[in-house]
Amino acid sequence: MSPDDFTAIALTAKLAALSTLLLLILGTPIAWWLARSRSSLRSVVGAVVTLPLVLPPAVLGFYLLVLMGPQGPVGHFTRWLGLGLLPFTFPGLVVASVIYSMPFVVQPLQQAFSALGERPLEAAATLRASPWDAFVTVALPLARPGFVTAAVLGFAHTVGEFGVVLMIGGNIPGKTQVLSMAIYNHVEALEYANAHWLASGMLVFSFAVLLLLYSRGWNRQP
Amino acid sequence: MSEEIQARFHHRYAGFTLDVDLQLPGKGVTALFGPSGCGKTTLLRCMAGLTRADQGQLTVNGEVWQDDEHWRPTHQRPLGYVFQEASLFAHLNVRRNLQYGQARVQKTERRIELGSVVELLGIAHLLERMPQGLSGGERQRVAIARALLTSPRLLLMDEPLAALDIARKMEFLPYLERLHDELDIPVVYVSHAPDEVARLADHIVLMQEGRTVAAGPLTETLARLDLPIHLGEDAGVVLRAVVVERDTAWHLARVEFPGGSLWVRDGGHAVGHAVRVRILARDVSIALAPVVGTSIQNCLPATVEQMAGDYHPALSLLRLRLGQSPLLARLTRRSAAALELESGKLVWVQIKAVALIG
Repeated sequence: MSPDDFTAIALTAKLAALSTLLLLILGTPIAWWLARSRSSLRSVVGAVVTLPLVLPPAVLGFYLLVLMGPQGPVGHFTRWLGLGLLPFTFPGLVVASVIYSMPFVVQPLQQAFSALGERPLEAAATLRASPWDAFVTVALPLARPGFVTAAVLGFAHTVGEFGVVLMIGGNIPGKTQVLSMAIYNHVEALEYANAHWLASGMLVFSFAVLLLLYSRGWNRQP
Repeated sequence: MSEEIQARFHHRYAGFTLDVDLQLPGKGVTALFGPSGCGKTTLLRCMAGLTRADQGQLTVNGEVWQDDEHWRPTHQRPLGYVFQEASLFAHLNVRRNLQYGQARVQKTERRIELGSVVELLGIAHLLERMPQGLSGGERQRVAIARALLTSPRLLLMDEPLAALDIARKMEFLPYLERLHDELDIPVVYVSHAPDEVARLADHIVLMQEGRTVAAGPLTETLARLDLPIHLGEDAGVVLRAVVVERDTAWHLARVEFPGGSLWVRDGGHAVGHAVRVRILARDVSIALAPVVGTSIQNCLPATVEQMAGDYHPALSLLRLRLGQSPLLARLTRRSAAALELESGKLVWVQIKAVALIG
């Protein structure tokens, strides 16, 4: 493997770890709201969050590129903030990954929160726990299997993305060249041996992730 | 400070209206009794603040928990709540379940110790176990202990025995009785089982279709003939009595109540022990003179007070008075006519069976 390959692996791990962290932070309140709200906006928000699941990555990447580009509203905003433009930068990749992997994190969390039902929180309230206290000390620990599933799926999905990365990140070694791009480059250059190393590594990684999830009983409640 | 609970709630949901205005005693056990779907649980949830009634006022021993201007959310009400299913936290062991509420009550407010509650409910050997490994009865005992450890000023119990089978129920009831005897916390107890009410309640509120149809002390209320709820085969009275004599040769005990005494099967209680006896209307028969040559042990003079129809047109329900205590008797209308029973008439009651409860 070339030094570029190792750089790509490290970058991918960094991207996936950062995205997963942000996804859990953003996904938890969204999932909680989706699981418990009776608002009519619920179905709209649910559909928007799930959209990346069915949308071709190229479509998503294209719109993100337009939005974050020099003419797009997000682009104007980031420049106004003095951050410059997001496309073809690592932060741009993180933003795109978070949006792209959102359903993989929100859905298991939403399921876990729904499965809790009202009762444990009501019981906590009768034991003098405020709603926030009950959320932290009862809802979160009881939903732990959901968090494990969400984190693993979010991480794995970010590691494996290609289309969105291609559109938003380009293919800049050390900056935005992630694993899947590196594999693509090797294949383009007919360096099949290198491609094999990386591809088989991904295969083993993906299998290990799924094995872990299934051996834990997927989204089993405690 | 008035020793009572005033509860007024009006709540409408899905074709059902809860509309109650109650004054409950601020001590002892009050049973909310009625058929399924009569609004007992909703009333209890309104009292706990788990359901927010459209309109509601609740004052507990002088403290306003809610009225038109004030609303205390559940976690700010000093209450204990026991759900039908124990609802223990699955991620915490029994000890940490018990400590959950206790830790959230200020030290100066704590009046109940973990050690004494654990002993009272017989759960010392379960402390390190997880809830999943407990039987239904054990779980419910832990749930009650958990509620008590918040040192509540009102304990609300929603059919805590409903999820248990008969054997577990029998095993569990003594713990509830000890609770009643040893702790001075007013309890509102939802039930649709007459035997539980007979054993535990001091005061009863009968509910039907979201409204209260009768409320009062247990003995007098159960002896009312004008209740729109027909207890059917379960109609009868509960009397408070004291063991005064034990006949060890025949394993019988004599219990005295205001107005007479009865021979019952010896329940192992010492002389002087307070007990309750339950006498069902179907086990009481009437004679105009003391009967000789009968197998029935308990034969007492009584006065006919009131007569009413019963759940079948052939039957009538009779209320009698033995001294200060009321008694119900069920007989056919034909026998009532044949004996020329009427209010004020002196008769002899023969009591076929007396259940000694608690």
